[in-house]
Formats: sequence, structure tokens, C-alpha cells
Amino acid sequence: MVSRPHGGRLIDRTRVGSSLERLREESNFMEKLEVNEGRAFDVANIAHGVYSPLEGFMNRNDYESVLNSMRLEDDTPWTIPIVLDAEEKHLKDLREGDEIALSYKGKNIAILRINEIFSWDKKRHAYSIYKTTSSKHPGVLKIMSMKEMMISGPITLLEDPQEKFERQRLWPKDTRVLFEHLKWSSVVAFQTRNAPHTGHEYIMKAALTFADGLFVNPLLGWKKKGDFRDDVIVSAYKALLDRYFPKESYVFSVLRMEMNYAGPREAIHHAIVRKNYGATHMIVGRDHAGIGDFYGPYDAWKAFEEFPDLGIIPLFIREAFYCKKCKAMVNEKICPHGEEDRIRISGTRIRKMLTKGERPPEFLMRPEVVDAILSFEKPFF
Amino acid sequence: MKKKLGPKGRYTTVSIPVTLYERIKNLINDTGFSSVSQFVIYVLREIASNMEEEKISSSLTDEEKNEIIERLKKLGYI
Repeated sequence: MVSRPHGGRLIDRTRVGSSLERLREESNFMEKLEVNEGRAFDVANIAHGVYSPLEGFMNRNDYESVLNSMRLEDDTPWTIPIVLDAEEKHLKDLREGDEIALSYKGKNIAILRINEIFSWDKKRHAYSIYKTTSSKHPGVLKIMSMKEMMISGPITLLEDPQEKFERQRLWPKDTRVLFEHLKWSSVVAFQTRNAPHTGHEYIMKAALTFADGLFVNPLLGWKKKGDFRDDVIVSAYKALLDRYFPKESYVFSVLRMEMNYAGPREAIHHAIVRKNYGATHMIVGRDHAGIGDFYGPYDAWKAFEEFPDLGIIPLFIREAFYCKKCKAMVNEKICPHGEEDRIRISGTRIRKMLTKGERPPEFLMRPEVVDAILSFEKPFF
Repeated sequence: MKKKLGPKGRYTTVSIPVTLYERIKNLINDTGFSSVSQFVIYVLREIASNMEEEKISSSLTDEEKNEIIERLKKLGYI
């Protein structure tokens, strides 16, 4: 059986038919708040249950509780705030209980009923989530560029933001039915923000060996400079999965959700989201969602110890490397040879080679994946 | 019931027999739990979560499921 939704109920804040038409009409007469791409996709994720049990942007109590104890006010595990920031000047005529239209690129995408408007401390937020306030951390930089007020309340979706990969986007309701249809009782999710190298392939296949199915769910959306662009990630995965995985063993679907690079906290968040999709297990690798030296390589593994009630099982898979003597991708637990025979896979090194138009060796990246990446003029943000 | 707001959130006090407290205290040596409270919170959360899960049932009707299956077929997933 697939995982229960987080918090017990899969949230659905969508409307259909005449009710939707009426709300769309009403939204034209409401105050508007223009949101950026990241928040627009948060709106869709809330509405379609990706962030269950959240029904809207967090109020102050949930927000504080998440910062302080990595749980919502009702004790449900939650580690990354889902909040809507706004400029004070746009909120001066608004009160609790008012309904406003959230618009993206000029289109009304949702209605938000205001629960609360509150101020927040960016530095405290950054330190709580990232354990640093360094401007070298891209997550901190993102927080510092946000607006000075928070606005909370439940949302109702009017229209999904436009999705370039519409045919590859599934919502939790879809995947839950799909996994059940495929008779998968154990589903292992793979979170990624990169084009796949052979280390990723090894990890996915190692996990798949013990599960009924693999759910490959790359994050699309804002990422730091130097990361792969969305269309490159999708093409590269298609190149790998089509040729090197049995079709009946995996489901590939994209997820529009910004990276935070929050290491341990984000690993838990990624697990919660995949639990809502129905995954029973999630692969947590070395330095999951980390960046630079801000977190220890296995800090994310330790973070799971605090959540016996998470409801999804983390699969801790060690770093994969190529061993010249084994002539295969292996990890330190299954390879008896020394460091001199091991070639560590560095994503940074691979990206540098690709930037110069060079082809990484086959034992680091499948040729079809390299072709897919190099078919783009600008593969990186 | 006392409630206090500490640096890590809100807490209240529950009472357990001293003998049980001592038993747990001995039990958690070298286990990674730094206090009896931490152990008790861990165990209670796990039990509460299991009990809550047993109460939940699927929310989709057969008609809704069939609609989703048709859509998945069109998208090539089935």
C-alpha cells in the first residue's frame, strides 16, 4: 500500500465546473497581489496536495513552530516554511478575513482568504533554516531578497500556472492511483536537481532492486547559478530512463518546487512531499540538498532520527564512485580497494567539462545523456 | 497542566512512575537519546502516528479513479 498523505488527508484546494467559473468571475473584483514564479508554483502545490496538510500559506504560529521545532503547531513534522511575502505598501488596505486574488503574469491563479499579516525577521529565519546567515549561501540570499511582510491563509486554485512539461507533470492524486494500478506496494522516490551521471544511475538501481517501483521526481524551478536548466534535466533523464531502465519499473514526473539548499531540513521536506505522492521510501544520498561545506556529508541522515512519525522510510545510500579494479560503480561498503583505485564523481567537475563542450568519460556519464545535455546551447543557469 | 514556551517550542509536563523513569533512564544509555523526555516524545509520536493512520481511509471514489486512469493512459503512463 502507498504511503498515507502527510497529516492524514490529501488536500484538494481545486474547484471545477460552475463553482470555479463563479470564483474566477469574483476574483476580477478583488484586490490583486502579484506573485513570482516560485510562489505561483507553491500555490499549485498547495492546491493539489503536494504540501498536505497545508491548505494555504502558513500563519505565524505554524511558521514559528517550524522555525523552532521543525513541526507545525499541531506537532506534524514540517521543516521548510511555506510562506507568502509581500510589500507592506500593498497590504495597507487589507484586513484579516479579506479575500484577495493572487495573480501570476497578470492572470488570477488563486484566491487567498487572509488569516494573518505579520512581520518577520529575515536573519533569524535564515539562521533557523540554513544554520548560517552567510551571503555565500544561495538560500540565505534568496531569503534576504524577500519582502518585509508575510501574508497567510487558505487558498483556492483558479488556474494552474503554465507548465512547459505538462505531459510529464503528475499530481499526488494521479501518482497514488497510478501506483495502485501498477500494483506497487513499495515505491522508492528519487529526488534530483541535476542531470544524471552514473552515480545517480547506480543509486536508483540499487534502491529499485528492493522496491516494486521507482518514482523519479526532479525539481524544476529556481536554482543557483551553474545548476542545470529545467529542460536539460528533463531531456537528460529521458535519455537515461528510456534506454537503461525497464519501462515498467519507473514513473518519471517533474515537480515545480524551488531548491533551498537547506541540507538536513530540506531532506525531510523532500521526503514529506514524496510521501504525499504516495512513495513509501525515499533515497537520501550524501550531502542531500546541501551546498559547499555548509553541512556535513551525512547530516541529512542524522536529521531523520528526530522524526519517528514521518511516515516515509529514508533509504540511506552511500556515495557511489567508480573503482578501476572492480571496473564498476560501487560504494565503500562493497568495494575492498583503496582510494588510489577510486574515481570520485564530482558534479562540479562534470559541469565544468560540459561547459567547455567536453564529453565526460562513459564511466561517469552515459553518452546518450551527454548528447542530450550538449544539444542545448546553454545547459546551465 | 503547565505549558511553557522554550527555545525549541511549547512543552507541557506529564507524570510517569519513578520506577518507569529509572527503567527508561537505564535503557537509553548509549542509544543516542540524551534524556528520558526525548525517548518518551519519540515513542509517543510513533504510537500516535500509527493510531492515526489506522483511522484514515481512501478519499477517492471509483469514478474519480477511473477518470484519472483514463488521463494517465492518454499521457502514456499506462
